[in-house]
Amino acid sequence: MTAGVSIELRRIAKTYPGGVQALKPTDLTVARGETLVFLGPSGCGKTTCLRLIAGLEMPDPGGSLRFDDEDVTRTEIEDRNVGMVFQSYALFPNMSVADNIGYGLKVRKVAPAERARRVSEMLALCGIEALADRAIDQLSGGQRQRVALARAVAIRPRVLLLDEPLTALDAALRERLRGELDQLLRSLGITSIYVTHDQAEAMTLGDRIVVMRQGAIAQVGAPRDIYFRPASRFVAEFVGAANVLTGTVQDGGLQIDGGTLPLEGMHDYGHDPLTVMLRPESIRLTTPQGAGWRGRVDAVSFLGDRQRVIVTGAATQPITIEAGNDHPIAIGELVGLEPAAGAVVVIPPEIGGP
Amino acid sequence: MRSRKLFAITCLLPTLLVVTAFFVIPAVMLLFIGAARGSDGEAGLWRYLAVLTTERYRSAMISTVLLSLGVTATTLVIGGISGVFLARNRFPGRGFLVACLTFPLAFPGVVVGFMVIMLAGRLGVFASISLALGGDRLVFAYSMVGLFMGYLYFSTPRVLLTVMGVAEKLDGRLIEAARSLGAGPWAVQRDIVLPALAPAFVAAGSICFATAMGAFGTAFTLATRIDVLPMVIYQEFTESANIAMAAALSVMLGLVAWAILALARLNGGSNVAAAG
Amino acid sequence: MRHRLPFLLALSLTLLTATFLVVPALMSMLAGVTRVYARGVSSGLTTEWIIEVWRLYSDTIWRSILIALLTLLVTLLIGVPTAYSFVVYPSRFTRILDEIMTLPLAVPGLAVALAMLQLYGGFMEFRRSSMFIVAGHVVFTLPFMVRAVAATLSAVDIRTLEEGAGSLGARPLRRFIDIVVPAAMPGILAGALMVVTLSIGEFNLTWMLHTPLTKTLPVGLADSYASMRLEIASAYTLVFFIMIMPLLIAMQIAARANAGKEATP
Repeated sequence: MTAGVSIELRRIAKTYPGGVQALKPTDLTVARGETLVFLGPSGCGKTTCLRLIAGLEMPDPGGSLRFDDEDVTRTEIEDRNVGMVFQSYALFPNMSVADNIGYGLKVRKVAPAERARRVSEMLALCGIEALADRAIDQLSGGQRQRVALARAVAIRPRVLLLDEPLTALDAALRERLRGELDQLLRSLGITSIYVTHDQAEAMTLGDRIVVMRQGAIAQVGAPRDIYFRPASRFVAEFVGAANVLTGTVQDGGLQIDGGTLPLEGMHDYGHDPLTVMLRPESIRLTTPQGAGWRGRVDAVSFLGDRQRVIVTGAATQPITIEAGNDHPIAIGELVGLEPAAGAVVVIPPEIGGP
Repeated sequence: MRSRKLFAITCLLPTLLVVTAFFVIPAVMLLFIGAARGSDGEAGLWRYLAVLTTERYRSAMISTVLLSLGVTATTLVIGGISGVFLARNRFPGRGFLVACLTFPLAFPGVVVGFMVIMLAGRLGVFASISLALGGDRLVFAYSMVGLFMGYLYFSTPRVLLTVMGVAEKLDGRLIEAARSLGAGPWAVQRDIVLPALAPAFVAAGSICFATAMGAFGTAFTLATRIDVLPMVIYQEFTESANIAMAAALSVMLGLVAWAILALARLNGGSNVAAAG
Repeated sequence: MRHRLPFLLALSLTLLTATFLVVPALMSMLAGVTRVYARGVSSGLTTEWIIEVWRLYSDTIWRSILIALLTLLVTLLIGVPTAYSFVVYPSRFTRILDEIMTLPLAVPGLAVALAMLQLYGGFMEFRRSSMFIVAGHVVFTLPFMVRAVAATLSAVDIRTLEEGAGSLGARPLRRFIDIVVPAAMPGILAGALMVVTLSIGEFNLTWMLHTPLTKTLPVGLADSYASMRLEIASAYTLVFFIMIMPLLIAMQIAARANAGKEATP
């Protein structure tokens, strides 16, 4: 299969006629064959970014967009050779499943025999051979999703664009299809851009994740980097749950309400207020005796595989902790809190804006 | 997608052309003719005011408006009650009844006029009944009453269908909730059903009124001697050959009808789909 | 039943209304096949009046069908693209065009016809042909086609479907033919039935626009009501009923097929 192209965005911005700037000038490079995920809350500019790459929107003057060495900034979508999977799937209701998948080939004047061969190849690839002659309104949500994907891949696109392709499905199906999609994208090796607001999807599918906020990139990095080394408080709180604490540095530790947090291996932060982040699963509950950091259990939710414990008094705000399910925890109990090694992550101060 | 925008604009051109050639330019021309020197030897905007100042035109305008108001009110009452009734009740023969009430939908004004003749003409139903009862031959087709019946005949199916459509979408749980709170059948109609139907009433009523104002076929069939505005315009045009006056009266008539529809649309009857 | 009285009152009113609407139509159908209507059915049933109508007026029937089909053709060719444009690129301009396009429905047909006569009355070739009437009917029926199609297209999210086709390489015209027209089909069908029905029955405009050589069915009807005996007028009306009935039934079926998408005007 084709490995697609590399994509380069240089000073790409989008201002809508009403004056709303949906995307601030953005630079970004996507490597050949990479799966890049745009992640962010609604209205952050991720879909605008995808639509600009697709050619469904034209960027503001001054920006440029390249597929490999070709400048496609002003090229219409029909000439960009991009495959696109829409959130609503946009399957043509007047055509059968096979006709939908073969439509792009028909437009490209691929001979009928070759077209039929490639359609059945796509049907097999997506595991929907049995549906070839079905009408679109006879398909379930998951089947539609597969047809939409097969249709987009059938034209052997240079770039595959997926706009929240799993959002319309229910939770269990979403999880299963996420796994299938991951395998498929890896086996195809096409350069893919994937837009979602679901962090689990982003983590599973992305080689790299672009976290977006208010029309600008908040952080770009591999899933682990984004999760463990968030570049800002926004990223920390948007990707996974986070306890964000602010205190002052003293004697190699962070002074907060309930005690001192060890800041191993880190120094030179001065005495300014310092903000750090701790993931709920990286804090262990211990006996209060001798613990450097303590608090009182305020609420416990038993979730089956684990327990979510809210501890107050340990910091200015309540601390959330994911604990094991092996022993009951009583409300009102005094507990010690122990961060795992390397779990305390310093968050750089915000640069401009909230 | 600039190519799409260009294509979409191109798509508008033929309609723009046709509407301009066969409606906009003629209509603008009509405006000028209304003020031009006519066969009455006079010129000027006064002709537009003649609707108010000249006795014959004023009385025609008044009777047209009164007739239209009367038809609209009556149609709304009948269509409203029957429409809600048919939407809320299921009984044997209902489908047939609905068919009976809606099939005159496609009758043009002329045919409706003939229906009035069948009812109230010399050989009509009313004439036969009154004769059989030993009275005089009852004939009123060729009068204002006949015209009233004709417009009623024309408008009832339209209003009824509109009301039925909206009433069927009315959430039955609202009514159940009102009844659970102790509202009787009249109170339910007054507090729940009527407010929900109000936009449909505004829409249907305004169309009914505008149609009655401009209706020509029915009056033409029944008699050329009923002085409603469309007939007066027709006579000015054909008998008096006073084209300027016919134009001015047409413009005023169109303005009134359009204003009523526009007013209704502003007042929430957003779904005003006009009808022939 | 607690609500016996309101139910019965409403039922009576509805039955009375139905009687008011149905009886004259039935009487006229009957009159069309009765030898002498003044003497009642006992004078015998006959088809002679219908044959007479055919002899006198068959040209108006054919002309009406021809005009209706031509009107349909024009409204399809210009109305469907316009509806598409209204839905995909709504702007202040399309709203103004929509308003102007719909104006002939609010303004009485008499006024529209008068205006057309003033401008085109001098072009004798055009004035004398059926095309003059077609032009009037197009002005009057176009909004119905555009509205029906636009309603259907708004309901199917045509923008995204088109973007899908665009991503697969189809250009605008191709997308219009392959995707937009099939998606609009229910609306096109409903609009087409409406246009044909309205055109066949149109009188207000047509009476002013017609010439002795371009009489349509409703013009002929008016003529027969004024100058023919009741039986012939009735027979002619009967012919009209027979022509219009299939259209009405088809319209009902189409309306039920896209139930709820658009209210019947």
